[in-house]
Amino acid sequence: MNTGRKLTLALAGIAAIGLVAGTAAAEKKYGPGVTDTNIKLGNTNPYSGPAAAYGTIGKAITAYFKKVNKEGGVNGRMIEFISLDDGYSPPKTKEQTRKLVEQEDVLLIFQGLGTPTNSAIHNYMNKKKVPQLFVATGATKWGDPENYPWTMGWQPSYQTEGKLFGAYILENVKDPKIGILFQNDDYGKDYVTGLKAKLGDKAATMIVAEESYEVTDPTINSQIIKLKSSGANVFFNVSTPKFAAQAIKKVRELNWDPLFLNNSVSNTVGSVYKPAGLENSKGIISLQYYMDPTSPETQETEAYKKWKAWMTEYNPDGDLLSSFNVFGYLAAQTMVQVLEQAGDNLTRENIMKEAANLNMEMDMLLPGVTIETSPTDFYPIEKMMPVQFDGERLVSIGEVVSAD
Amino acid sequence: MELFLQQILTGLANGAIYACLALAVVMIYQAIDHFNFAQGEMAMFSTYICWSMIAVGIPYWVAFLLTIVISFAGGVAIERIIFKPIHNAPVLSHIVVFIGLLAIFNSLAGAIWDHTIKVFPSPFPDGSFNGLIGLHEIGMFFVTLILLGAIFCFFRFTRIGMAMQAAAANPDSAELVGIRVGWMLALGWGLAAAIGAVAGMMIAPIVFLDPNMMLGILLYGFAAAIVGGITSPGGAVAGGFLVGIIENLAGTYIPAIGSELKLTVALVLIVTVLLFKPNGLFGKSIVTRV
Repeated sequence: MNTGRKLTLALAGIAAIGLVAGTAAAEKKYGPGVTDTNIKLGNTNPYSGPAAAYGTIGKAITAYFKKVNKEGGVNGRMIEFISLDDGYSPPKTKEQTRKLVEQEDVLLIFQGLGTPTNSAIHNYMNKKKVPQLFVATGATKWGDPENYPWTMGWQPSYQTEGKLFGAYILENVKDPKIGILFQNDDYGKDYVTGLKAKLGDKAATMIVAEESYEVTDPTINSQIIKLKSSGANVFFNVSTPKFAAQAIKKVRELNWDPLFLNNSVSNTVGSVYKPAGLENSKGIISLQYYMDPTSPETQETEAYKKWKAWMTEYNPDGDLLSSFNVFGYLAAQTMVQVLEQAGDNLTRENIMKEAANLNMEMDMLLPGVTIETSPTDFYPIEKMMPVQFDGERLVSIGEVVSAD
Repeated sequence: MELFLQQILTGLANGAIYACLALAVVMIYQAIDHFNFAQGEMAMFSTYICWSMIAVGIPYWVAFLLTIVISFAGGVAIERIIFKPIHNAPVLSHIVVFIGLLAIFNSLAGAIWDHTIKVFPSPFPDGSFNGLIGLHEIGMFFVTLILLGAIFCFFRFTRIGMAMQAAAANPDSAELVGIRVGWMLALGWGLAAAIGAVAGMMIAPIVFLDPNMMLGILLYGFAAAIVGGITSPGGAVAGGFLVGIIENLAGTYIPAIGSELKLTVALVLIVTVLLFKPNGLFGKSIVTRV
């Protein structure tokens, strides 16, 4: 009997030790690419080819992780960021992503750039259950946790922006009659869908004309004339830079004076407002979510000073006037936040759980803009600030609008 | 009524764009008996050359004339260097080279001048006529007509123009009467490139200059040339205006077409004309004795 009891006690003791050991192991759970000292992240960016200008973002992200590593890493682990060139070519993206996932064994793919490129690996990543986090594209399809639980966008999607313009119109325009010009593809239609969703029942009466154009159209003059003759007092322009510049010129040439709303795709002074004529572009309203590094107001802020300090130390070749360097800086911080929240539980499952559990503000985001996600909300940024072009630069004209 | 008038005038303005390029298409067809798919890209490239000259401070009209001369020389060089060696190759080989040239000029322009749009100056005053049609468009309308007149006179009244037609229509006989057929081809290439350059420099102020400027326009240019008659410069210009106007009116007043199917209208026009009047509305029918 005695020996029996002893044995039981001993067994219980062993079991207890086992339990403790078990919980200790639970505290440190690692997915592929993670060790006690290292976290491996993968990325594809166009460092060559037609979209090589975007490669700036990849370089900025690399530079931000350099800063994080120099300051001690994330929970003591260094970030090893492997960023490969895909030349903006979808087949190349697939090849490079396979290499990253199957040979390099990265924990996740972060900020892959481009809509066609990310589309090429969308199914692959979800089948393999590898996080495809914070993709650098404005398409709407990246926020679909039900069907693609391993993929998440970052910047406001085209549909979100459409909704935000809807919110702006509802709040600021009395008796709006909206005329829309949009590119006849997913990008253009996403904006229109978003706008209509926000306007709800009123969409049918408020939208008086919708005109589309094809990328092969030489000009959009005929469409603008039709929009003007519909009696619209709000012109919502969903077009790429060349057509946006044409639209601005034509609207002014027709002596039409609507409230001019311009999508962020062509909200650039250098390649749209300048070619269209700075005087012609005066008064155009668009939406932004991060600070413009070229504006004197931004350059006064603490946030800008911190950003500039980082640029000069870690990204000295980078252009201080390029908004891509702000974009990369912000996206990289979001990634670091997720890794920090995940602590020592660095499995792919837990990374997705933490990515869907964000509520943060960041330095170079415009005041009021936040990053918020939940298990059902895979659209991190859904607030933007209305800005107006004053003939020289974009000036804030009010509080942020929200998609909800 | 205002809408109708505006759509007609905008159609005319767009038509001038198509007509200008259609003239270059007709020119090359007269000389080599083929469509040149790289015509649009060559015109775009010429326009960039002019833009670069203006950017370094050369006055507009000097740059304009220099560009025409350079484009002419470039066209001749392309024929001498690339097409002369493959002169006897099948049509398909020629087409492959045309498409190769298209890709080369497009990528070269992107590599040299990047892809952001550039403002190209207009020789005509700013502004518009009562907000109905831009002054540049009106100017371009007349430039197209002047160009047409020049081409007409060239083919009708000059020995060299007639020699060129002869060389294209019947190379063997032309050779026998002492026409240097090879050089006639080169001349045709040069002239087509020069006309294309004028077209490019007229079109760029309207659509902005970028490497893809001509991709869509070339389609309409072909449509204009075919609708009007590929052998007739006058027909091509009329075809350009017709395509421009029909496209706008159909897009505005036929709800089933709308803006979405505007390009389709141009293509349907090509097919219809080819079905019922293969030589175009204004083209001569050519009878070949066998």
